[in-house]
Amino acid sequence: MSWMRAWLFRLAGLWRNVERDREVAAELEAHLRLHIDDNLRTGMSAEEARREAILKLGGIESTKQACRERNGVPFIENLLRDGRFALRQLRQNPGFTATAILMLALGMCASVAIFAFVDASLIKPLPYRDPAELVGVYESIPMCPQCNLSYPDYLDWKKLNKVFRSLEIYGDAGYSVSTAGGLEPSHGTRVSDGFFRTLGVTPVLGRDFRDGEDLAAAQRTVMLSYGAWQKRYGGKKDVLGRAVVLNGDPYIIIGVLPASFYFPPTEPSEFWTAFHAESECDLRRSCHSIYGVARLREGVSVEEALANTQAIAKQLEREYSENKGQGAAVLALSDVIVGRIRPILLVLLSGAGLLLLIAGVNVVSLLLVRAEGRRREMAVRSALGASRGRLMSQFATEGMILAAAGSALGVTAAVWTMQLLTSLISANMLAGMPYLRGLGLNSRVLIFAGLIALLAAVLFSVSPALHLSARGVSGGLSEGSRGSSGNAWRKLGSKLVIVELATALVLLAGAGLLGKSLYLLLEVRNGIQPDHLDTLDVAAPKATYAKDEQLVALERRIISRLKNLPGVKSVGITSQLPVTYNGNTDWIRFVGRPFNGEHNEVNERDVSAGYLATLEAKLLRGRYFSDAEDESKPKVVIINQALARKYFAGQDPIGKQFGDLGLAPKSLKTIIGVVDDIREGSLDSEIWPAVYYPFNQSTDNYFQIVVRTSQAELSLIPTLNAVIHDIDPGIVAFDGDSMGERIHNSQSAYMHRTAAWLVGGFAALALVLGVFGIYGVVAYSVSQRTREIGLRMALGAERRAVYELILKEAGWLTLAGVMIGLVCAIGAAHLMGGLLFGVKSWDAVTLGGVSILLGLASLAASFAPARRAAGVNPVEALRVE
Amino acid sequence: MGEKADVWQGTLALMVLKTLETLGPLHGYGIARRIEQTSGDILSLNYGTLYPALLKLEQEGAISSDWGTSENNRKAKFYRITRSGRKQLAKETEDWEQTTAILARFLAGSGDAA
Repeated sequence: MSWMRAWLFRLAGLWRNVERDREVAAELEAHLRLHIDDNLRTGMSAEEARREAILKLGGIESTKQACRERNGVPFIENLLRDGRFALRQLRQNPGFTATAILMLALGMCASVAIFAFVDASLIKPLPYRDPAELVGVYESIPMCPQCNLSYPDYLDWKKLNKVFRSLEIYGDAGYSVSTAGGLEPSHGTRVSDGFFRTLGVTPVLGRDFRDGEDLAAAQRTVMLSYGAWQKRYGGKKDVLGRAVVLNGDPYIIIGVLPASFYFPPTEPSEFWTAFHAESECDLRRSCHSIYGVARLREGVSVEEALANTQAIAKQLEREYSENKGQGAAVLALSDVIVGRIRPILLVLLSGAGLLLLIAGVNVVSLLLVRAEGRRREMAVRSALGASRGRLMSQFATEGMILAAAGSALGVTAAVWTMQLLTSLISANMLAGMPYLRGLGLNSRVLIFAGLIALLAAVLFSVSPALHLSARGVSGGLSEGSRGSSGNAWRKLGSKLVIVELATALVLLAGAGLLGKSLYLLLEVRNGIQPDHLDTLDVAAPKATYAKDEQLVALERRIISRLKNLPGVKSVGITSQLPVTYNGNTDWIRFVGRPFNGEHNEVNERDVSAGYLATLEAKLLRGRYFSDAEDESKPKVVIINQALARKYFAGQDPIGKQFGDLGLAPKSLKTIIGVVDDIREGSLDSEIWPAVYYPFNQSTDNYFQIVVRTSQAELSLIPTLNAVIHDIDPGIVAFDGDSMGERIHNSQSAYMHRTAAWLVGGFAALALVLGVFGIYGVVAYSVSQRTREIGLRMALGAERRAVYELILKEAGWLTLAGVMIGLVCAIGAAHLMGGLLFGVKSWDAVTLGGVSILLGLASLAASFAPARRAAGVNPVEALRVE
Repeated sequence: MGEKADVWQGTLALMVLKTLETLGPLHGYGIARRIEQTSGDILSLNYGTLYPALLKLEQEGAISSDWGTSENNRKAKFYRITRSGRKQLAKETEDWEQTTAILARFLAGSGDAA
C-alpha cells in the first residue's frame, strides 16, 4: 500500500514541481547553515566551513536532482518534455504538420466510415437467435436459381424434410389499410405461424401466432411492426384485440414486434399477418409466390440441408407434373440478406484501405525527409550528451502526436461521413437495408480505428528513428547533411513513391472499370423510350372488382379519362413495369409440337392495347392488339424477340398458337405480333422470353399506369392521382414516379452507381496523394543535387539537359509505379469481377487511359522541381556549399 | 549501481526510522550526524544521499515533516516518525535481525564444514 501512496505523491509531483524544487532548495540551505555553524564551532574559517559542508553533502545540484527525481517520475517528465518539444517543433513547421495530420485523417476517415458500413451490414449479427443456424429455402430452375416456393410444395417440404428444426414461409403482401382518412397503401408480410419462433423473435407486446393460426379456417390475425404501432396507434397498449381492416378484411391485432426486429427481404413491412392459404394461387401447386426460411437441426450443414431438399424436390418432380425441372436451393440467411451488397462493401473497404495505405506512405516519406533535414541537429544533440534513446524517443513522441491528432480528426470526420453517406441513400433503398440503423461508432468500429491509430503511431515513430539510426547519428556532423545519406534517402523515397503510384493506379483502374460498367449499364438497351414517361401503381380492391368485366370496365374508364388530359400523349396499363424483375411467369405449350411436360417459362405481362406503343417499343412483325380484343374475341398474344428466337428459330411465329400445359381450348392464344426485346428484369439481368397478353383477356387487380407526357416529368402525377380518386375513392393509387427515376433508382443501377462514385472518389484522392508523393521526392532530389546541377551547368550543360535529367528520374519512377500498378490492377479487377458489367478486368481502354492519366499527372508534378533545377544559377549553387 | 543503491537505501531508511524513534523529531542534518556517530564513523555518509531517502519515506507515509526552529535558532525542516513508520520499523528490524541471524549461522556453519 505504501508504495502506491508513494507513486501517487510522485505523480502529483509532476505538477507542483517548481514549488517542490523551492522547498528542497530551502531545506538544503538550512542543512548547510546548520553544518557550517557546527564547523565554525570547531574553529574552521568561514570559507573552509562552507567548503567542507558542501563537500560532505556531495554537491548541491546533484542532491537537488536526486530529490527532483524522487519527487516526480523522470520517465514521464521526459515524455512531457519531449511532448512539449515536439509540439513546438510541429508548430514551427505548420505546413508539414497540417499536411501529415490531414493525410492520415483522410485515410482514416475513409476506412473507418466504410468499415462502419461493413460492420453494420456484414459483421453485426442479425437480430435473431443463433442467426448462423437460419437458412433461406428456395425452389430452383435454371433461369431462376433462387425462386419462390408454392404453398403445396412448402407443405410437402415441411413434412418430408429431415434437416430443419422448423421450416416457415413468408411472402410480400401489398395492403390497403382502411383509416379514418380513407384507404392508405401499405406494405405487409404474410408469414406462417412459426415464423417468429423460428427466428427467435418474441413480441414486446401481446403474443406470437399460435400453431394453426395461419390456416384458412382460423380467424385473421396480425402482428404490428414496432414502427407501425408507434405511427398508427401512438404506441398505446390497448391495440391488442382491436381490428385493423386490410384489403377490406378485418384482422385482429395480437402483438407488437420489438423495435430491434427487422427482416430485410420484405422490409419495409408494417403488418405481419398469419398466412391464410385460401387464394387460388395459394392452393395451386404451380403458383410460386412465397419464400422459405428455416432453422437447421443441430449439426446439420447447409450442404446437407441442400442435399435433403433436393431429394425431396426430385420426389415431388416424380409425383407432380407441375414440378418438372424444379430443384431446390438452400443458403445461409445472412447470404440472403446481405449477399448482394457484400461484394460492393468489400470492394469499397479495399478501396478505402488502399487510400489509407497511400496516405500512410505519404506521411512516412514526409517524416523521413524531415528526419533527414534534422540529421545535423541530432548529431549536435548527440555530441552534447543526449543518449540515443532520448533522441529516438524524440521522434517517437512526434510520431505519436501526429498519429493521435490525425486519428482523432479522421474519426470525427468519419462520423460525419457516415451521416453524409446515409443521407445519400434513397429512403426506399434505406428501408430495404434496416441493418444500417445500427450504423455508428460502436465498440467494433472504435477498435478498428484504434488499431489503425496504433499502427500509424508505430509506423510514424519508428520509421524516422530507424532511418537515422541505421546509418548512425554522429555521422551527421562530419559529413554535413548531404552526400551518401541523401542518396540513400532518395532510394528509399523512390521506393515509397513507386508503392504510392502503383496503389493509385489500382484505385484509378478500379474506378475506371466501375465507371465504365455504370455507363454501359445505363446505356443498356431497354427496348423502350424511358424519358417523359410518368407511372403510377394502382390497386383495385378485390371486393369491388371481383369479376373480369369489372376490371376491364375500370381499365377502359381510366384510359379514356387519362387520354384526354392536357399534356398526355398516350396511356398504357401493365401488370408489371419494365426494368423491375424477371418473374410473374407463365408456362406455355406450343400447339402441334411434341411435349414432354417441360416448363417453357416466360415472363407474362398483361397490358392494355396502347401500352407497347406508349413505351415506344419496336414492333418487329405483325400487329398490336386492339382494345376491342376482349373475352368475346379469340385470344391473342404478342411475343418478344427472345421468345421468337428461342422457340421459332427460322420460322415465322405469326399465326402460331400456344396454350397452358394441358392445351385447354380456353387457354389457346394466337401470336399476332413480335416486339423487340423490352428489358423486363433489372438492367444487369438477361432478357427472358416474354408474352404480352391483352389486359382485356387477362385481368389483374394490381396494375401500373404509364403515361407518355409532353410536359415535364412527374408534373402529371398529382393529376393522375386525382383522376383515379375521382373514378373510385376505393382504389389505392401510390408510388407515382417517372420511368427514368425508376430506372435510375433501380437496385442494379443504384449498386453500380454507389460503387463507381465512391471508388471514383477514393481514386481521385489517391491520384492527388500519389502526385503529391512524386512531387515531394523529385523536389527533394533536386534540392540535394543543386551543387551537382550547378557543376554540370558550369561545365556547359544546357537547361534542356537539366530538365531531361530531372524528368527522366520522375519518368522512371512513374513507369515503375504504373507497371507494378497495372499488374495489381488486373488482379484486383479480377477479384471484383462480379461488380463489372460489360467490361473485362483487363479492359485495355480503361487501363491505358488511367495509366496515361497517372503518367501525365506525375510528369506535371515533376515539372515544377525540374524548372527550379533548370533555373539554378551555377555560380550561386557552387558558392552556397 | 541500481542494486547496491537499493540495499543501501533500504538500510538507510531503517537507520533513519530508528534514529527518529530514538531521538524524536529531528532535521536532516541531525539525522545524518547521528547515523555517522552511531556507526562509530565507520560509515562515511554523503549527506546528500539522505534527502531522497527522506522524501521516499515521507511519500510512503512512514515519516512526516514540519518546518521549525533548531536549538541554535536556525530554521530547519523537522522529521518525525508516524505510527505507520513505527510499524514499518518494527517489521524491518525483525526482518533484519532474522537475516543477520541466518547469515551468522550460515557463515559459522560453513566455517565448521571447512
